[in-house]
Amino acid sequence: MNLGSGQGSMSTASSSGAWKAGDVVPDQFPAGLRVLVVDDDPTCLMILEKMLRTCLYEVTKCNRAETALSLLRGNKSGFDIVISDVHMPDMDGFKLLEHIGLEMDLPVIMMSADDGKHVVMKGVTHGACDYLIKPVRIEALKNIWQHVVRKRKNEWKDLEQSGSVEDGDRQQKPSEDVDYSSSANEGNWKNSKRRKDEEDDAEERDDTSTLKKPRVVWSVELHQQFVAAVNQLGIDKAVPKKILELMNVPGLTRENVASHLQKYRLYLRRLSGVSQHQNGLNNSFMGPQEATFGSISSLNGLDLQTLAVAGQLPAQSLATLQAAGLGRSTGKSGLPMPLVDQRNLFSFEAPKFRYGEGQQQQQQLSNSSKQMNLLHGIPTTMEPKQLATLRHSAQSFGSINMQVNAHGNDSSSLLMQMAQPHSRAQILNETTGNHVSRIASSMGQPVLSNGIAGGLLTRNVIVENGRGAGFNPVSQGPSVVEFPMNHTAELPGNSFPLGTNPGISSIQSKGLLEEVSSEIKGSRGFVPSYDIFNELHQPKSQDWELQNVGLTFNASQHANSIPGNLGSEHGNTHNISQHLNTLVDSSSRVKTEKILDPCCEITPFPEHYVQEDLMSALLKQQEGIGPVEGEFDFDGYSMDNIPV
Amino acid sequence: MERNPLQRQVAYMRRSLFDQGYLDEQFVQLEDLQDDANPNFVEEIVTLFYTDSARLIHNIEQALESRPLDFIRLDDYMHQFKGSSSSIGAKKVKNECTQFREHCSARSAEGCVRTFQQVKQEHTILRRKLETYFQLARQAGLAN
Repeated sequence: MNLGSGQGSMSTASSSGAWKAGDVVPDQFPAGLRVLVVDDDPTCLMILEKMLRTCLYEVTKCNRAETALSLLRGNKSGFDIVISDVHMPDMDGFKLLEHIGLEMDLPVIMMSADDGKHVVMKGVTHGACDYLIKPVRIEALKNIWQHVVRKRKNEWKDLEQSGSVEDGDRQQKPSEDVDYSSSANEGNWKNSKRRKDEEDDAEERDDTSTLKKPRVVWSVELHQQFVAAVNQLGIDKAVPKKILELMNVPGLTRENVASHLQKYRLYLRRLSGVSQHQNGLNNSFMGPQEATFGSISSLNGLDLQTLAVAGQLPAQSLATLQAAGLGRSTGKSGLPMPLVDQRNLFSFEAPKFRYGEGQQQQQQLSNSSKQMNLLHGIPTTMEPKQLATLRHSAQSFGSINMQVNAHGNDSSSLLMQMAQPHSRAQILNETTGNHVSRIASSMGQPVLSNGIAGGLLTRNVIVENGRGAGFNPVSQGPSVVEFPMNHTAELPGNSFPLGTNPGISSIQSKGLLEEVSSEIKGSRGFVPSYDIFNELHQPKSQDWELQNVGLTFNASQHANSIPGNLGSEHGNTHNISQHLNTLVDSSSRVKTEKILDPCCEITPFPEHYVQEDLMSALLKQQEGIGPVEGEFDFDGYSMDNIPV
Repeated sequence: MERNPLQRQVAYMRRSLFDQGYLDEQFVQLEDLQDDANPNFVEEIVTLFYTDSARLIHNIEQALESRPLDFIRLDDYMHQFKGSSSSIGAKKVKNECTQFREHCSARSAEGCVRTFQQVKQEHTILRRKLETYFQLARQAGLAN
């Protein structure tokens, strides 16, 4: 199957450019809509391509989900909408849907010959914006542009209502930026939309300079405050108004918080296993997850550290987060989590060595995810969103964890403070022994273990594909998160060869120290290595395995950088994660999770990290290595730190 | 409309393929996609389908040989095959696929084996008819 790269979508650059300028879109629209279609059936794929071309869309076709993801990651703002088959051999269509939603936040249409109610419902719950029954008719494709417009419109509305706290950052980003919410696309759309709805956009006009819509940039600190507030209120009781009051951030509006909360919840949900709670995710999720979350929250504190260490979070933020997390976690789960996680870690990790690495990664991811969660708003309990984030982060953790570990030094100290983390760290080291611990230990063990463990643990669970698993050094923690294990498994390969690279660990630790201090900006240096990894990873094998190869290779190089990766969200983290990524080689480009799949995502492109906030940073980290896509759905996490 | 006997023949053959239930509306969708840029689009798609479906058929055949029968896997393969067939408008083939899947649900080995023979048969019949049809259409086009 040809990616059809050259054909439509590759020209997206030009087309998008055109849009950006806003001089073409309004009139042409919907012509030129950049569609990515994924289907393993070559006959259907060719028919769809022809149909879409007939609709004057720019089409790129893919016959494998992995290919699609890497295409999307490699060109964050290169597509406007994705159409995917449900039934595919290499990856379930719904899983791809989740990834895209988290990493790129593009509208996704599912298709299948199966029109059973159950399957259609699954599409809805996983966030598909539409569901087409095969055989698809051209009439059904003619109107798909509505989903793109609708999404943009909603985002615009958010911006308008909420104003922007730090929209400057975002605005500055060139529309090319891949903000995790495909702001670039939005940017383009914004222009067109702007033309269409002047009154709506009047206020947003000021960011005409960048197509990005002015939106609140959820920096790490801001997110931490958010998470802290949410945790304080309790995920069930966290309403935007109260969160806003608690946060007490001037210029922040209730709408900003509301939309952020929604994303956060979705994220958690995803982390914890979307399938479980499709419908009342937020709420239902909380229920069963509570325990897990509780522990997670404790981990969160750790995660924060990890994240902080990763470089994403400045030390102080970390402290803040930790405090918040701790405060929360105590309330919620208290320390028990680490123990629990530890158990989980072991259980998860034990079974598969490779996974262990992955798990570690995942754990790391989870850690990172946890951290992310923390960032997200330290929900008192790892809310589903957290889990989701964790998951993602877990994935990214793979890379991130590494990084985190690196920062671990700093974080470790922080972690150490947190009683739990500490134990976790130990556990991590021991349990994860595989990679995570190694990483952690080498890096800055304390940090890793604690934060990571926590994060990882939780994250592990979240690491759905186990991609992130790599980093889940947190293995300890993950107990809470059931997922991670699964996910990590996938990572095995990628996840963290780190563990196995003793050299790395040492380097990492060093790197951590360095990173820590510099907020992992240093990871920049690793960038090059990441690239290598990225290339290595590129093979989409989301499995980390492939990546592991790269990792080892990179690991040594990046050992230092690894720590940085963990904090995908945090700019620093990115660095670390990047390193980690390289190490982890996480094929898991799971960017979406932002948690930075340890493996792949640690693409050393720090620049991506700059994105939005922590979440994105984390996610980016994973990508950092590769095309860092601000995967995290969380908007506005400006990962400025992410040095590239 | 038809200016020559060949064209009339082509039109007649096409009509009967629909009337006899070999093809459905989806085939018309393919025809509508054919244009100057892709003058042989329909034939290309059908060729692609037959190339790819050979692989699916092979998978199913192999699966039918294993004992005990893995109905889930069989259903899975057939789901793919059915989706592919429906995309070119192969109506009879698609119907047989549905039957096969029902036997899978009922876990009837005999039903599956028997129905699969029918699937293959319809699959082959249609191919021959379409090959003839395309050949005729080409001749009619040339003669035009």
